[in-house]
Amino acid sequence: MASKYSNITFHGYRRENGRVGVRNHVLILPVDDISNAACEAVANNIKGTLAIPHAYGRLQFGEDLELHFRTIIGTGANPNVHSVVVIGIEPGWTKRIADGIRETGKPVAEFSIEQKGDLETIRAASWAAKEFVHQASEIQREECSIKELWVSTKCGESDTTTGLGSCPTVGNMYDKLLPEGITGFFGETSEITGAEHICQKRAINEEVGERWYAMWKSYQDDVIFAHQTDDLSDSQPTKGNIEGGLTTIEEKALGNLEKIGRTSQYIDILEPAEPPKSGDGLYFMDSSSAAAECVTLMAAGGAVIHTFPTGQGNVVGNPIVPVIKITANPRTVRTMGEHVDVDVSGILRRDQTIDEAGDALIEMIRRTANGRNTAAEALGHREFSMTKLYRSA
Amino acid sequence: MSEIPHLLVHEKADNVGVVVVEGLKAGTDMLCCITHDNSTFRLTAKHDVPIGHKIALVDLKDGDTAMKYGEDIGKIIADIGQGEHLHTHNCKTKRW
Repeated sequence: MASKYSNITFHGYRRENGRVGVRNHVLILPVDDISNAACEAVANNIKGTLAIPHAYGRLQFGEDLELHFRTIIGTGANPNVHSVVVIGIEPGWTKRIADGIRETGKPVAEFSIEQKGDLETIRAASWAAKEFVHQASEIQREECSIKELWVSTKCGESDTTTGLGSCPTVGNMYDKLLPEGITGFFGETSEITGAEHICQKRAINEEVGERWYAMWKSYQDDVIFAHQTDDLSDSQPTKGNIEGGLTTIEEKALGNLEKIGRTSQYIDILEPAEPPKSGDGLYFMDSSSAAAECVTLMAAGGAVIHTFPTGQGNVVGNPIVPVIKITANPRTVRTMGEHVDVDVSGILRRDQTIDEAGDALIEMIRRTANGRNTAAEALGHREFSMTKLYRSA
Repeated sequence: MSEIPHLLVHEKADNVGVVVVEGLKAGTDMLCCITHDNSTFRLTAKHDVPIGHKIALVDLKDGDTAMKYGEDIGKIIADIGQGEHLHTHNCKTKRW
């Protein structure tokens, strides 16, 4: 049934594989930590490119290595990226990552450093990057339907105002846009603790709910209870959460879950950084509750816009995905206003309804998709933090 | 509503509310609003409580359960009087 949200359009970049991006980055992507310097040199040579240095990629193995590949390949494959120059120390893993990104059909060039050195690699990679910049700069945005957006969410520096205002705002947005055919992501496995009985019931059916519960329980048993050295009282909730008035993980989890609204149901569960395969709808991604890690994983899964409710004022951004900050805390609006894209503090004064706040967020999503730079983009926040499952060999 | 509320409560079943104004002082006659149905009531704050922090709506005893969103958010570990500050010093998770 058509609603007032059905006809929303935006101007985006349609990619070779049919997905739509809202940004047009030329990435210089290191396979491993020791290729960061070459990537940063190329990005310095060629204006309009973006290097994404990171800490990992050597001596990883097993599931941890698979997550590394999935995260790097997914980042390059994201439709906000026009083309990618991949640089690694040796050709084997470099090719594996370049080929993974090539499956999207986008332009990819790969370079490895051994037997050439940084300088020759930087020279050759700079030529490729320059050509990609020429190509990217001639791509035109075209009109796309709102349903082509993949929108993720994760909240940060939560307090009691996130559960009252900014998280229900995101939930209201999902309740309105998921029926229009957008793809949504939520996650933060450790932060559902205390609301797991509610989250399980928000699955589309019993089978998905049972798989969700098994995933959550295995995280509790294998990670939290296996590694805890105290009662986690200073980690979940965080010091910032407690300063903001959150007392327990149960209280934090119930506020967190407000992000999926009143009617939205998730249709499947994703591994960290895994792209959705079950069509339009809402997905739970098994993910860290740390802001930069979670946004990085969801971007690697294919989200092109991230909605980020905050209470005390988390300042996180992402290199390739615009992060829209929403807060209902009037003190945060007053003291950290430069980080806020959508001010919903009217909810606390009872002069703005959740419905009105949801519409304001949808309008900001539309403007951001059209090209409006978010606060995090304007302030240069490009946190790229990969999740590591265990120590390297 | 014309008067801005001092305290918001999610559900009727809750026994805690959230201070939503800065600089709340002990003795304030608070306007309290239950967001679920927009109904209101008054309660006197017994402590200075920062924005975002919680206040007990009723007398709570050691061993009671704190309720918010109509759900269990933890156990009371020290007696709290109606109108007093409720936080980590008198309420704790049941999970870890």
